[in-house]
Amino acid sequence: MVLQSSFKNCLQLSCILRTPKAGFRDAASGGLIIQSLSNDVYHNLAVEDWIHDHMNLENRQVLFLWRNSPAVVIGRHQNPWQECNLKLMRQKNIKLARRRSGGGTVYHDLGNINLTFFTTRKKYERMENLKLVVKALKALRPQLNIHVTDRYDILLDRQYKISGTAAKLGRTTAYHHCTLLCNADKFVLSDVLKSPYKGLKSNATPSVPASVKNLFEEDPSLTCEMLLDAIAEEYAMQHQIDHHITLINPTDETVLPGINHKSKELQTWEWIYGKTPKFSVSTCFNMVYKDSVLDVKVDMDVKHGRIEACNIDLPEQWLPPALCSELVKSLSGSKFCPTETTALSSTLLRMCPQDDELHSKWNLLCENMTMLM
Amino acid sequence: MRRTRSGRPSRQLSAVDTRRICPPCRGNGAVSAAAPAPAPAPAPAARGRGEASGAQPGAARPGAAAHPLHDAAVYLHPVPVHGGQPRGAAASPEDGESPAEQRLQPAAGAGAGRWRWSRRGAGGRGRRRCLRSRRRVPAPGRPRSGRGQRPPARPSHPVPSRPVPSRCRDRCRTHTHTHTHTGPLGEVYSSGRTLRAAPGSWGVPGAGGAAPAPHGARPLPQPRPRPRRPVGCGSRGCARVGCRVGGVRGGGRGCRAKMAAVTALRSSCRTAGRLVCAHHVRSCSSIRFVKSKYVCVFDKSAFKFSHQQRLFRTSAVSCGQIVQFKLSDIGEGITEVTVKEWYIKEGDSVSQFDSICEVQSDKASVTITSRYDGIIRKLHYNLDEIAYVGKPLVDIEIDASKGVAPEEDVVETPAMSHEEHTHQEIKGHKTLATPAVRRLAMENNIKLSEVVGTGKDNRILKEDILNYLAKQTGAILPPSPKAEIIPPLPKSETVPAAPKDKARKIPVPVSRPIVFSGKDKTEPITGFHKAMVKTMNAALKIPHFGYCDEIDLTQLVQLREEMKPLAQIRGIKLSFMPFFIKAASLGLLQYPILNASLDESCQNVTYKASHNIGVAMDTEQGLIVPNVKNVQVCSVFEIASELNRLQALGSAGQLGTNDLTGGTFTLSNIGTIGGTYAKPVILPPEVAIGALGKIQILPRFNGKGEIFKAQIMNVSWSADHRIIDGATMARFSNLWKSYLENPASMLLDLK
Repeated sequence: MVLQSSFKNCLQLSCILRTPKAGFRDAASGGLIIQSLSNDVYHNLAVEDWIHDHMNLENRQVLFLWRNSPAVVIGRHQNPWQECNLKLMRQKNIKLARRRSGGGTVYHDLGNINLTFFTTRKKYERMENLKLVVKALKALRPQLNIHVTDRYDILLDRQYKISGTAAKLGRTTAYHHCTLLCNADKFVLSDVLKSPYKGLKSNATPSVPASVKNLFEEDPSLTCEMLLDAIAEEYAMQHQIDHHITLINPTDETVLPGINHKSKELQTWEWIYGKTPKFSVSTCFNMVYKDSVLDVKVDMDVKHGRIEACNIDLPEQWLPPALCSELVKSLSGSKFCPTETTALSSTLLRMCPQDDELHSKWNLLCENMTMLM
Repeated sequence: MRRTRSGRPSRQLSAVDTRRICPPCRGNGAVSAAAPAPAPAPAPAARGRGEASGAQPGAARPGAAAHPLHDAAVYLHPVPVHGGQPRGAAASPEDGESPAEQRLQPAAGAGAGRWRWSRRGAGGRGRRRCLRSRRRVPAPGRPRSGRGQRPPARPSHPVPSRPVPSRCRDRCRTHTHTHTHTGPLGEVYSSGRTLRAAPGSWGVPGAGGAAPAPHGARPLPQPRPRPRRPVGCGSRGCARVGCRVGGVRGGGRGCRAKMAAVTALRSSCRTAGRLVCAHHVRSCSSIRFVKSKYVCVFDKSAFKFSHQQRLFRTSAVSCGQIVQFKLSDIGEGITEVTVKEWYIKEGDSVSQFDSICEVQSDKASVTITSRYDGIIRKLHYNLDEIAYVGKPLVDIEIDASKGVAPEEDVVETPAMSHEEHTHQEIKGHKTLATPAVRRLAMENNIKLSEVVGTGKDNRILKEDILNYLAKQTGAILPPSPKAEIIPPLPKSETVPAAPKDKARKIPVPVSRPIVFSGKDKTEPITGFHKAMVKTMNAALKIPHFGYCDEIDLTQLVQLREEMKPLAQIRGIKLSFMPFFIKAASLGLLQYPILNASLDESCQNVTYKASHNIGVAMDTEQGLIVPNVKNVQVCSVFEIASELNRLQALGSAGQLGTNDLTGGTFTLSNIGTIGGTYAKPVILPPEVAIGALGKIQILPRFNGKGEIFKAQIMNVSWSADHRIIDGATMARFSNLWKSYLENPASMLLDLK
């Protein structure tokens, strides 16, 4: 082994000596820094997919820089109900995206930057990338106390997380992406990343919560643009390429053929919710109806985001049993999503004799059911 | 850099080299100079760049690539840079790590010729090149220079039916590098081990002339020191495996297994081959191959040779073997992962590179792809179980027909005879493609008939589709290194890529049977559709009475134009719908039977006090009908603002149960999509519904018999004929019409 590695060194050396210029030149074509013009999380994730699927990274590495308008991004094998407050997100119009890499849930907004390091699978090395980021930050503000943990997080002052990591390894190529909090809305972040749903049982990858801090709080003179620039510069230096950031428009089919299809796919219900690992909901809730409180017990098995089996325990005779069983029957097979449940339940109500009491009872039940989703 | 082994300056790219520029890029404006033009023009440019850039692998890279990504795409493309190497006929389907390539390995193991991936030291960017061991068949003096003269060195290569250069090219296309670019020194990458090839130890296989010289005329090879053998792995196949596995780091393990197999095989233990894997089949065949090759060399009978080969294959194929597909190294020292998703189940058939499962380890999601064609026989893990690197993941029964198909592509390719053949034949034949490929074609709207297949029997491969696609978009090629369809290389170097272009541009003249590859798809009715089924089944019990009329909205259009800015000031978008709804409500006050419901046994009619008028909405999820409550007490403006709210919620998929239930009457504005008359279906338990067509400008007569421009809309009513007679419906319609044609009349009845 020793012999071999010394051989290797020798070879490298001799090559460099012989063709110093060529060596650098080669390196110049060995890296590419691109930045997205879009703030749409789906577009940007689609760019990652595109590069992963369509670029040969054998002789080059790519750094992709992107920022998103408010969005929650969950890991490939996570359960959105377990990770975030979907109801609040719908209200605030915060998008939910499922990325293709592993890891946990993160909140993005324009105060957060995302870096994706593309390499071949064999050159995939997360620690190197994170060290690069740290180095870039230190070059920008030497006083920053930051370091990389063995969980591939970057910590500020040894306690506040400023960056989370995830990675995707394909057959030949791989990418590692990480976030970097600069000036994100911490309040929204913590609100949105709290799940209000109870009684979920799942083998989905859970996120590990951490207290976070913005770099902006540490040094108010820092901006996202500065960080992006510093990282790009450091990347260019390490890979001996021009410090030149190429801007790309992730909706441009001429540059990225098939990209729109990819971003559409990322927006489908089937991808975002349908890819949730099988889980079950077993919960109780109280309903107040005309000065009386009712306990309702609900059990559901959800696979691929669809309700597989469902059971609703209601006080006897509170609702016509036929209607209730019809609801259970209709729910199985339908999406575990409030819109569809609402549509189903309102249709069922059409089918049965109308009276106001039934109507309000039914709506109460259905509204409570949709609260679970 | 750009030197041959002997230190000579490298060959300059010539006309033939332009062919390396991938077709899509050539199509690019930026590169067009390098296009099919008989090469001289592009050649200097390419050369200039090649020299300047120190023999970039992408020497063929067009000078001014339009976009850096495109630039990158050039690297994507197979860039065979051996000068005028013959293009091996119908490009074999293998891409970088295809079985065809695999086959080489054991062959090398047999000691006939050796291929190694080498990695250039500087920058460590993994340039590779072929090495050839000196254990080559002695052939008459082979000049090392002058690519026109270089013979293909066929005998030294395991696959005789293909001239070496083309093989060489094939391999290298996988890796964006060139043989000619390798420096005089190089470390030889072999399954994670470093070898060193002494300077001048091996030739540049691809540098030979375009056509392999007749065997007899082969010049003597110069003595080449054999590159050091890979130590740890020992298998001669190893080099290939290392490359194949992709992660050189992890190559060793698999390699060793294969090595073991090869060893077993070599020790003439037939049975060994049976249990291991396709590699063994392949190695087996390759070894044979080599032998037959010698035969071939000596009697110069390529035909005979390939015949033998074919026979052999058949026999090798006949034994369907079960292979344990092991979880290969993930990198970063990871030894265990969690199985998160199976893409396949037992009994499924997989092709090489198909995704098998998704595993996760420490924030990284890893897609495991198959290395074999075959049928899944066993999954070794359940979901969420821990899988260990190096342990079996699935058992695959090697598919006899599929498993060897790629081999044939290489093996049976007659060395030279291709030129004219390829495309002609393709056109006359039925399109062959796997369902996956057909799907890919379908998804991308490609007619299979327009794609030239490069696989066995002109089978259309995924790469062909991708290539075709890339050509269409003129942009970046997808990842497959094999994406380029390679036309047979003309023997003469002076003929540039013309044949290829011709083949591509001329549409298929021969009619061929249309192969429809679509499949019927059955899926369960769920959710919204289930709701629709239920509603419509109930609606079917209602005897519908239809009534249609046309409404002149000229005045209403004017009125709305005047009101629109006012509503805008109040933050509301004012459409026609609030007027239609209010007019309907005013009409319902006169004809309350239309705002009623009938009980199930048809014994009682309930007249509804509220006018909850539903509006059918087409949302992403499906048809939903939220309703505006108590229209009878609402102003037009209030209706408009409520409609705005419902529309916003509807498009966000956030309508509540309350919004969707309790409707008493419905209007469906189908005209926003198109059409004039419709046949609306009553939504039970309601008893009437109206469908509104689009508003059109049409000529109509006024009272004086003059033609004027009228804004005409059609309305179609349906009513439950059990309780509503035609006259009632018609009178209601007339009233509604009068309110709309003369909006001022509404004022009289508005409360």
